[in-house]
Parts: sequence; C-alpha cells; structure tokens
Amino acid sequence: MNITLRVWRQAGPSDQGRFETYRVSDISAEMSFLEMLDVLNERLTLEDVEPIAFDSDCREGICGTCGVMINGRAHGPQAATATCQLHMRSFSDGDTITVEPWRAAAFEIIRDLMVDRAAFDRIIEAGGFITVATGAAPEANLTPVPKDTSETAFDAAACIGCGACVAVCPNSAAQLFTAAKISHLNLLPQGSAERYSRTERMVDTMEQFFGSCTNHGECEAACPKEISIDFIAMMNRDYVKAKIQKRRGG
Amino acid sequence: MTSSSVSTSKNRSWPLEFYRSAVGKKWVMGITGIALLAFVLGHMIGNLKVYLGDGQLDSYAHFLRELLYPLLPKTVTLWIFRTGLVAAFLLHIHAAASLTLLNRRANVAYEGPRDYAVATYASRTMRWSGVIVAVFLLWHLADLTWGVTPMAPQGWEAGAVEANLIGSLSRGGVALLYIVANLLLGIHIYHGAWSLFQSLGWAHPSYHRLRRWFAQAFAGVIVIGNVSIPLAVWAGWLG
Amino acid sequence: MTAPNLDPRVPNGPLADAWDNHRFSIKLVNPANKRRFKVIVIGSGLAGASAAATLAELGYRVDVFTFHDSPRRAHSIAAQGGINAAKNYRNDGDSIDRLFYDTIKGGDFRSREANVYRLAQLSLNIIDQATAQGVPFAREYGGLLDNRSFGGAQVSRTFYSRGQTGQQLLLGAYQAMARQVGLGTVKLWVRTEFMDVVMKEGRAVGVVVRDLLTGEIRSHSAHAVVLATGGYSNVYYLSTNAMTCNVTAIWRAHRRGAAFANPCYTQIHPTCIPAAEEFQSKLTLMSESLRNDGRVWVPESPDDNRAPDQIPDQDRDYYLERIYPSFGNLVPRDVASRASKRMVDAGQGVGPRKNGVYLDFRDAIGRLGQQAISARYDNLMQMYNRITDEDPYRVPMRIYPAPHYTMGGLWVDYNLMTTIPGLFSLGEGNFSDHGANRLGASALMQGLADGYFVLPSTIGDYLADFLNEDPVPESDEAFTRTESELQDRISRLLSMKGNRTVDDFHRRLGRVVWDHCGMSRSRQGLDQALSDLPDLYEEFRASARVPGDGESVNQTLEKAARLEDFFELAMAMCVDARQREESCGGHFREEHQTAQGEAVRDDENFATVSAWFWTGDPSRPELQEENLEFENVKLSTRSYK
Repeated sequence: MNITLRVWRQAGPSDQGRFETYRVSDISAEMSFLEMLDVLNERLTLEDVEPIAFDSDCREGICGTCGVMINGRAHGPQAATATCQLHMRSFSDGDTITVEPWRAAAFEIIRDLMVDRAAFDRIIEAGGFITVATGAAPEANLTPVPKDTSETAFDAAACIGCGACVAVCPNSAAQLFTAAKISHLNLLPQGSAERYSRTERMVDTMEQFFGSCTNHGECEAACPKEISIDFIAMMNRDYVKAKIQKRRGG
Repeated sequence: MTSSSVSTSKNRSWPLEFYRSAVGKKWVMGITGIALLAFVLGHMIGNLKVYLGDGQLDSYAHFLRELLYPLLPKTVTLWIFRTGLVAAFLLHIHAAASLTLLNRRANVAYEGPRDYAVATYASRTMRWSGVIVAVFLLWHLADLTWGVTPMAPQGWEAGAVEANLIGSLSRGGVALLYIVANLLLGIHIYHGAWSLFQSLGWAHPSYHRLRRWFAQAFAGVIVIGNVSIPLAVWAGWLG
Repeated sequence: MTAPNLDPRVPNGPLADAWDNHRFSIKLVNPANKRRFKVIVIGSGLAGASAAATLAELGYRVDVFTFHDSPRRAHSIAAQGGINAAKNYRNDGDSIDRLFYDTIKGGDFRSREANVYRLAQLSLNIIDQATAQGVPFAREYGGLLDNRSFGGAQVSRTFYSRGQTGQQLLLGAYQAMARQVGLGTVKLWVRTEFMDVVMKEGRAVGVVVRDLLTGEIRSHSAHAVVLATGGYSNVYYLSTNAMTCNVTAIWRAHRRGAAFANPCYTQIHPTCIPAAEEFQSKLTLMSESLRNDGRVWVPESPDDNRAPDQIPDQDRDYYLERIYPSFGNLVPRDVASRASKRMVDAGQGVGPRKNGVYLDFRDAIGRLGQQAISARYDNLMQMYNRITDEDPYRVPMRIYPAPHYTMGGLWVDYNLMTTIPGLFSLGEGNFSDHGANRLGASALMQGLADGYFVLPSTIGDYLADFLNEDPVPESDEAFTRTESELQDRISRLLSMKGNRTVDDFHRRLGRVVWDHCGMSRSRQGLDQALSDLPDLYEEFRASARVPGDGESVNQTLEKAARLEDFFELAMAMCVDARQREESCGGHFREEHQTAQGEAVRDDENFATVSAWFWTGDPSRPELQEENLEFENVKLSTRSYK
C-alpha cells in the first residue's frame, strides 16, 4: 500500500504547530497503524528529519497510552479499537490520512502527537478509590456481589484512560472517564460507604479541568472499550444525591 | 449544638453550591426544560382552539385570566404561572450561557477535519436553536401579547386573541418566521427532551428506546400543532 | 571487585511458621518514626504501586517515579488470565501447601522454598485486599467469587476479571496509591526515567533520573530505593511486553554492584499470535486460559493445505493431548511452547507463514454453546479478530510461542533486598519466586505479595538502623558524580550520527538472542552469540543514529540508552545459559534432553541460583552460587504425562 500522511508536527507546547505531509510506500495491510508510523520514523531518522513523537506502549489496546485523531475520528475509523489495534487494512491504497493529537485545553500538546493527560490522575486522586488500608480487608467471600452488579461494575471499570472521550467531545468534557470510575466503585458494595463523597469530590475536580456534558454521545461512540453514557446519568444522579446528603450533614 | 450550627450553614449554601457545578446546572436545565416542555405543550393545545372559530380561543384566553377566580383575584393564577415560567426561562438560559462559556474555555478546536460519529445536527446546534427561539419568543410576545408595533399586526386589540393571531399570520413574512422558529423549536426539543433524562440521571438502559421515541414524538407533535396554524391561515382555512 | 557473600537470610524453623517468625524477629520502625524515612519507588506497576501505597499508609514518605505519563500505564495492565490463590473455594483439594508445591514444581525446583511458601500464604490476603479495593473479579450467580483452572495446576484456583485481570488489579493498586498522592504522602513523578542508582559507602542512597520532557537530569536522595521495574523480555525485540519495557533500572543497579540472578531464565508463552509481517513491533498474547477450552493441533501432514475446518479429526494431530494425556492442553508453559516449536520446526506449522499451530474452540462451542465460550473469552476473541481479521469462533486461532516473562532478575534475599544494602527489588524485576519457569496466573500474585505484604514488613529491618540519619544531601559528591557520568553518557549517545536506526539494531539483537538463547539453547549457539554480540554492540555504538537533542522529548535517545543495557544483558544471558549445563524450566539446553526431547535436570550440580556480579566486561561477569536447600519437597522429574 502507498499512503499520504498529513501529520501534526509541533516542537513543544509553545510552538505553533502545523501539518506536514509525508508519503509512505510499500506498507503491508497487516501492519498496524503505529507500525506504519514506526516505519516512517525510521526513514525520517535516516533522512535527518526528527521522527514524529507519539505515545504508545502495550500495543494491545489495554494500557491507554496511545491515541490520536485519525481523519477526524479518535483512534481512527474502526469502532471499539484503540489506535494501536488499528490495522492498515482499514485503509485503501492511495488514501490520504490526517493525523492530529487529542485537543482540549486540559490536554496540553507536549510534542507532535503527544499530549498531557495528567488531569485524569488528579480526578482519581480526588476520590477514585476505595479506602482500605493494606491488611485491613475482610475475607473476600464475606460480601456477596450479585453477578449482574459485578458485571456492570466491570463494564465501567474497563476504561483504559486513553482520553478519546475528551478528544471527541465538542465541550472537551471528561464525563465518561469520570463516570466510568465513579460507577465502577459506587456500584459495588465495597465502594458504597464512600459513594457520595467520592462522587462529589471527583466531579468537582473534573470540572476544574474539563467542560460540561451536553449529551452528544460522541464519547460513547469513540470509546475503545464501548463504555456507555448510562454511567454518566448514574453519576449525575449520585451527584445530586451527594449534595442532598451533604445538606443533611451526611 | 455546635454541630447543628455547622449543618445550618451547609443548609444555606447547598442549592447555590449545587448550581455552581456544571452537573448542577445541567440538572437545573433538565428540570426547567421539563417545565418549558409542559408549557409548550399546553400552549400548543390551547392554540388549537383557533380551529374551533367562533371566539373559542378568546374565551380560552379569558378563562386563563380568570383561572381559580374567585378563590384568587383575576389574573393572579396566570401571573403565578407566568412568574414560574419566566424563572424557568431565565434559569435555563443562564445555565446554558454559563455552561457555554465553561465549554469554550475547556475546548480547543481541531485544525484538521472532524468526523462526528453520532452527534446530531440537533445536539450540536442547541445553543443556536436556543438563542434563535429565545429571540423569536420576544418577537412573539411583542406581536401577540403586548401589541408593540411594528411587530404586532395592524388593528391589534387586547383580548381579541383570535383576530390578532390571524391578523399577524396573514402577513407572509411573519408566517414564515413562525414556521422557521417552530422548526427550530422542534429541533431543540428533539435533543432536549432526550437529553434531560441523562442530565437528571433518569437514564435506565431499559427505557432507552422509550426516551428516544418520547423526544421524537414530543418534538413532532409540537411542530405539527404549531406550524399547522400559519399554514392554515395561509391556505385560507382560518379567518 | 570482590563480591559480597550471598546470604539469603532464610528464617529457620518449620516452613509454615517462617514468615510469621521472621516478621517477629526483624527490627521495626515505630509509627511516629516512619515519617522520618524517605523511600524511593521506581516503577508503578503492580509491585511498585502496591508497595508505594502500603508504605505511605504505614507513614513513610514515598516518592514514586515512572517514565509513563500516568502510573496506570505500567505493563502489569496487560496481564489477561488471572491470579492464583489457595482459597480452596472449590473444595477441590487446594491448599497453601499445594500452591507452594505446584509453584516449586512448575519452577522446576529452582526456587527458594521459604520464598515460595510465603507467596502461597500471602495469596489469600491478596484476594481479600483486591476485592475490598473494588477489583471486579468474576462471580458466580450466588455472588461469590468464581475460579478457573490454569496451566500447570490440577485445581481451580485462578481468580479472574474477564480477560483483563492485570488491568483491574493494577487499577486497584494505582487507586490505592492515588489516594496517598491525594493525601500528600506519595509524591508522584511521571515521565521521569530512572537512570542510575547512587551509591555511598556501599549503600544505595538515592537515584539519578532524567525528565523525559525537558531532558533535565536530577538527583533524588532517600533512605532506601525500591526497584519495581518489571522484566526484560524486550531483549528479544519481539515479545509480548510493551514497547517501553526495559532492563535499564535493574541493569544499572547491577553495574553498581547488585547481583543479577539467573538471567537466562526466560519464559516463552505458548499462546501468542504469530508474527504477520516483517516490521511487526510486538507480539500479542492470547491468554493461556484459552487452553481450558481450546484444543491445540496441527495437521498430521506438513503438506495439508486444506482450510482447518475441512481437515477431519483423523488427519489432525492433537499433539499435547497425545504426548501428555494427563495434563493435555494444560501442560505448563515451557512444555507447551517447546512442543509447538517442534511441530513448526517439523514443517507442520499453519497459517500463511507456516509459523503457528491451531487453537481450536470447535468442540467447546459444540459442547457448551457459543454463548458460554463468548462469556468467558469474548474480549480475547475480539482482540484476535481485530489483529488477524479472522473470526476465532469459526476459524481456529493460530498461535505460537513468544517471549513473555523473565524469571531472572536482581538477586534478593528473603527481605527482597539486593546485594546492595538499601536497594530492594520487587515483582518481575527480582529473581525470587518462580525458579526456572513461572506458572500461569502467578506473576500478579508475586508482584502484589511483594508490594502489599513483603516489602512493607521487611524494609523496616533495614531502615531501623538509620533512624537518626538524614538522607545524604543531593549536593553530595556521590550524587554530582553520578549525574555527571550520566551527562557524559547522554552526550555520547547524542553524538551517535551513523547511518542505521536504533530499532534496526534492536531487531538484530533480538534475532541473535532469539536464535541462540530463546526456546532452546546449545553450547555451540551460545558461543556463537557470545562472539557475535560484542561485535554487534560495537557496530551499534559506531553506526547507530540518534537524531535530535537532549533538551526536549527525544524518544530515539530513550530507546538507544535502553538498548545499550539490553546488549550487555544479552551477553550475561548467554554466559548464564552456557554455564548452566542442564535443562530446567524455560532454560532448555539441547545437550541435556531425553531421547523423547524432554528436559533433563542436573540436581547434583545445578540446584543453585547463579548470581552474577558486574566486572566491567559484560561478557565476563563473576559468578557466585546460592545453594537451594529442599527440605520440604522431594526433587522429582516433572512429568505432565
């Protein structure tokens, strides 16, 4: 395959940035999208052009490190697929592919296609955990968890923190990320003690960095783990309850 | 007793603190949205009385002004409704405006193409459809409620609701304005009536299809009901 | 340099009480004093994050460093299958003793009894801890925890979260650590790479790190340093590890005096997707749990080119079931891998490049229905489909072994301290518990046992002696010297402006190590590798190209620095593999096999840990041996027939 790539190049956070065009030839359709970038980077290196900086690690769709906009879609055209699992067979010979970093005010561009997603960690630090000091845990089977509940919690827990939800949101909202974590923990009996304080703290932290939800549903469509926006509704409900709880002094 | 004084101070700040958050504002938009939907529906149904002719619409307007009379003085009930409605409008608009500012700050536009997967025309134009409907609303009030020229038709007369309505819609441009505005209102409702369930957290998965259907039906009924009137005037079935 | 003696500090007395007795006998730091100690943790995977969280809960001041953009990216996240624990919820005869025995046997009798027993004991606490943290383990309809069986075991003791157990356990540990970050007890440094350990008076007193965004080189001082930096399978270039997994932290510690144990013990995982093309950057693992329901086969005839569903049963060779009737498709990883290699080497491989074997779900789907299989493995099935564009519900999967885990690592004593006082190593980065082969679903167990339970108890024994001592100031000559050594090294790497890429050399290194120190090794091959590797290393230094500068993000520079360490490690692996004149676990020497091709151990001479010390010449490390005493298990030949 031969491909024309329009890639966003930006030397650093303060650089203006621009699209550069590269031709990549003789690519195998079995190659992954990032391997295609690897091949291009090796060539650029030898041509004395600085290679394109991009984040990736596990290359099996679970670590959440990778993620770029490909032709205006987060992680590219294939549903439920992280960038690293996208293969060149999803494109046609002769295609022009535009590659751009995630964009949001909270995701500062570090270089080329790399962005800073540290705001996600701040949200987790605010309450995305169950307080249980090591050693304090009771026997695991003391608390049965209905299978359905556990499965739904897992659906939420599947989030890989890649940031695609923010990248595609016209408001750069992080509701899907935050709601997924809140719902995972709130649904389980182990997490219920901190349910409302967790929801309140995480939502408030989220709003320091990100926009608000206007229910477009783009995040759900872009999510490589197909996490449902139902969890956002769940979070909204718990947030209202959290405020009422607080009013009661709870 | 110290603890109770602490919790009283929490009490006071609670609604304000809630409203300060974006999730709280969306919740308020959902609740006020319901109030506005109820109004829009009632208003549309009431307007359909124009088809009965024979001064029925005027009587209906009169009836509204005298609602609960003599329990309460005339127009008091109506003013209670109006006050609630105005409050709902203002809150809805204030929340929308401040969320828009928040989102503007949070967002950075893409330089390359953007290919939306599921966001609808309706969801992406809520701000614009909302703003246009609000501006139209002012026109509509000046036209038919306050009788302000040049918005009101010639010969506008307080209480002559049916005549005013037909007089206004007999003007081709105005009729077109009403049709366009109601189409935008329908688009606004199409997203809003679905979205409010999310914002209020009433989005149980088993009601997904019902919610979508509800929003479509609601928007459709409002548009058909409201747009039928200028069309009927234009076709000469009224007046 | 004379190497220090290897004292494993294994407690005396009965195995079952050893850990309790040991905790009672070692020194403690009282709660009020803990905050006077600063501990540096390198790495934020299962071991690092769990250790950091627990140390901070105890009151220590902790600094955590990761080169990722977030601690949650660590490669523990990719572990699919599950985590073992001797809960015996299935009432199928499991016990701490059995998990202990299975692990020792699975490791081919090359691990320390006391360590493994402790691991089996702690397995119970790990499940409790993770469940309380909200890890969504699979459950039965009654709401209690579900189990499945895993390779190398005859009981069902594996707890799992769909095919994402590592992800969920890592998030649990990450969240526990995030809580401490929020409380201010853990300070988190992201996109910051450990480059060297700082030594003063024979102790580890801090680290030198490099900020990957600005290139800034910085020192951080502490009372103790904990390395939890994972394994080194990427020495093979193609492995199931993430792109950035590397040996740098433990290798740099080795160069500063930490013994490196059993570097040749590497695990080749039997169920990975075969490479599809030349520029493939990594191999993807398909969880071993698939072997519970999938049957492994190849066509009887190498020339059989029919589609798999057209090949009738009598023309198929279900070779694992044939050769190992009692364990069948569930034989341990090393056994399964070598059997597959023999089939492919014999020309019976399948797929366009004839580099795989089939893993077939036809019978399981026939027996249980597609829905049941999908409930167990759907995410794996989807992952396979995305990578290969084939539907594994209809067409058998193609699998082949790939480097996956390294049992070798820094030598540690029972307290998890390396031969450098004050330097500890956890998780895959140490050599401790898996011997010559790790059983499935035991890596998560070990990482978390080390991080949650072992280190937080044992670190006090070291720290207690330094109660009234501040950390060595970062202005100390020990730090400035290490910094300037690193600065020189970075400058040297940046001056490399040859005509070949760093990746190119990594691929070539990987091929040498895979060919000669991979699934099977021979003296001749190892000698060949040991003569090729120094030349290749020289060529790398002379003709690799590192573009850009050291003042901003430079991913090629990062790779080049890591690759240097891989080169040196590769030599140590070959030296170790050559020295170990036996076959055991993942280390298969062609000279030491039965007529049927099974491994032959030499317990007489090699019931030992080979601990290597740095001499300055990577191909001539100095060997010291720790004798392994087996008082509770009888050494036997592993048989899975």
